[in-house]
Amino acid sequence: MLLVLKKAGEVQKMLNEKDKVFQNLHGFQEPFIEGALKRGSWSNTKEILSKDQNDIIELVKSSQLRGRGGAGFSTGLKWSFMPKNTGKQHYLVVNADESEPGTCKDREIIRNDPHTLVEGCLIASYAIQASKCYIYIRGEYHYEYVQLEKAIEEAYERGFIGKNACGIGFDFDLYVHRGAGAYICGEETALLESLEGKKGQPRLKPPFPAGVGLYGMPTTINNVESIAVVPTILRRGPDWFKSIGAENNTGTKIFCISGNVNKPCTIEEEMGIPLKELVEKHCDGVEGGWDNLKAIVPGGSSTPMLPKNICESVLMNFDDLKANGSGLGTAGVIVVNKNNDIAEVIERFAHFYKHESCGQCTPCREGTGWMHRMMQRLVRGEISPEQIELLENVTKQVEGHTICALGDAAAWPIQGLIKNFKSELISKYNKKLKAS
Amino acid sequence: MSGNHPGLSNNFSRSGEKFSWSKDNLRSIKNIISKYPKGREQSAVMPLLYLAQEQNNNWISIECIETIAETLNMPKIRVTEVASFYSMYNTRPVGENLVQICRTSPCWLRGSNKITKTICKETKCEINDTSDDNKFTVVEVECLGACSNGPMIQINNDFYEDLDEESTKKIIDNIKEGKPNVIGSQKGRRSSENA
Repeated sequence: MLLVLKKAGEVQKMLNEKDKVFQNLHGFQEPFIEGALKRGSWSNTKEILSKDQNDIIELVKSSQLRGRGGAGFSTGLKWSFMPKNTGKQHYLVVNADESEPGTCKDREIIRNDPHTLVEGCLIASYAIQASKCYIYIRGEYHYEYVQLEKAIEEAYERGFIGKNACGIGFDFDLYVHRGAGAYICGEETALLESLEGKKGQPRLKPPFPAGVGLYGMPTTINNVESIAVVPTILRRGPDWFKSIGAENNTGTKIFCISGNVNKPCTIEEEMGIPLKELVEKHCDGVEGGWDNLKAIVPGGSSTPMLPKNICESVLMNFDDLKANGSGLGTAGVIVVNKNNDIAEVIERFAHFYKHESCGQCTPCREGTGWMHRMMQRLVRGEISPEQIELLENVTKQVEGHTICALGDAAAWPIQGLIKNFKSELISKYNKKLKAS
Repeated sequence: MSGNHPGLSNNFSRSGEKFSWSKDNLRSIKNIISKYPKGREQSAVMPLLYLAQEQNNNWISIECIETIAETLNMPKIRVTEVASFYSMYNTRPVGENLVQICRTSPCWLRGSNKITKTICKETKCEINDTSDDNKFTVVEVECLGACSNGPMIQINNDFYEDLDEESTKKIIDNIKEGKPNVIGSQKGRRSSENA
């Protein structure tokens, strides 16, 4: 780890360039095979695949890699849930349906460094004995889809994938399936439904996909970033990965920072970088200065916002954000300054969830619409303190009462708003009352 | 419900003309179906809806649905269900340029309201409207996944990012005049690097 002296007395750790998994995250180099080979992709894939499948799973487990799609579940452990030698067709499905507001990391991987993903698909599929893999990419990412298809074609041409992939006697096919504009298909079982040619409505669990997944077969579903870091972990070793970040929050992570910062960007950094440092160092600070900060949504729209005082010191990893009442989610950091109405930020999220509810469960279908209408009134200062309590109460009736987590995701931002800014919402009401 | 834009809502209509696959598309369809296991041809319904939409002036008519159902040996209602569930299938005719403006918080915080106003003014369209010359249809959509480059819009397949009122006007002007546009960042960024 490189130590950079920023100001006298202030030591900042900064992720060494060499420790970045995605050497071409921003597309300044050639994204395709020539560039990928220079960056080390495919360099010793055959050697990696000469290991026993269980050994690969153990290595990934010991790197303490946690899923990058939001839930933060151990990737290696997830793979180990796949049944062994069933004689059935196994599937790996890669979730590239990146739609969580605030999140745009997988997009950069796919368009600028697609071979990290293609190679990761081969290795992960080999580990879980899946000879077929589907990448489900969101429909709006048309350009990214074209880039990915090209990279896959290149990998086929070079014999890296396809029949006898990398010459190890493993037949492997990789396909891309485009979504068509439904956030809910980022939920893994909705994604499977969609892949089967149906409406994307989540399935009841159990059975879990590892037992009954795509076409009823054992299936593992992983996020793009989780899969794309695997080749580098196996190449450089789990100990290298673990040397970055903290216990159980290891490795590097791509953060997307949007909203009221001077220079919004997507950046790979050490897992657990302080939130303030992320904003100050990589985005040239909050618009209007740090003191103009109102709140930050740290992990995509579903995670509850953090007020300024927590933003001062919180670390951007799974455990510290959880301990502070929020979550890392997809690491889509949305910064809100004092020039904007924080209630409207959440009202727009509420509109989003209303639009994206699949309509299957009543609490979510009806609740998201009701919560959005209340949020509209709240923005206008038209709901009384009692009604604010009612709203909070209803969010708790939606939360945990639906098949998938969309209901929770719709409830949490509103809960976060009320928890942190209740007095402000009440004074909004009082002001309106006085004016009328 | 997850589904079409309010203005492009689920009232399917007939175009009045029979829809049959072009030769090229018939070839593509064979290729697409081969990606999925035997007996699971239904998986091809989404890619086929895209193909039909492309061939049919960017919208899905009832005739398209009937042809897809026949090709995949699926009940028509199952195809209709899928076409109405996903927002990217246009269930009514749209203009030559479908302008989708991201309205979700990250873009809104950086001024998407101004972008919407500019676009409505320059295209002479209200939200969910198609312009009289059929050049533009304007809709507001939920997060398009380019948050570090907000505010942004999508016109047909292309993303236009890091917008302000001036660059937005320029993009619309170029389309009107048949001039090419630079896709992606309008501030000269390569992608989403700090710059």
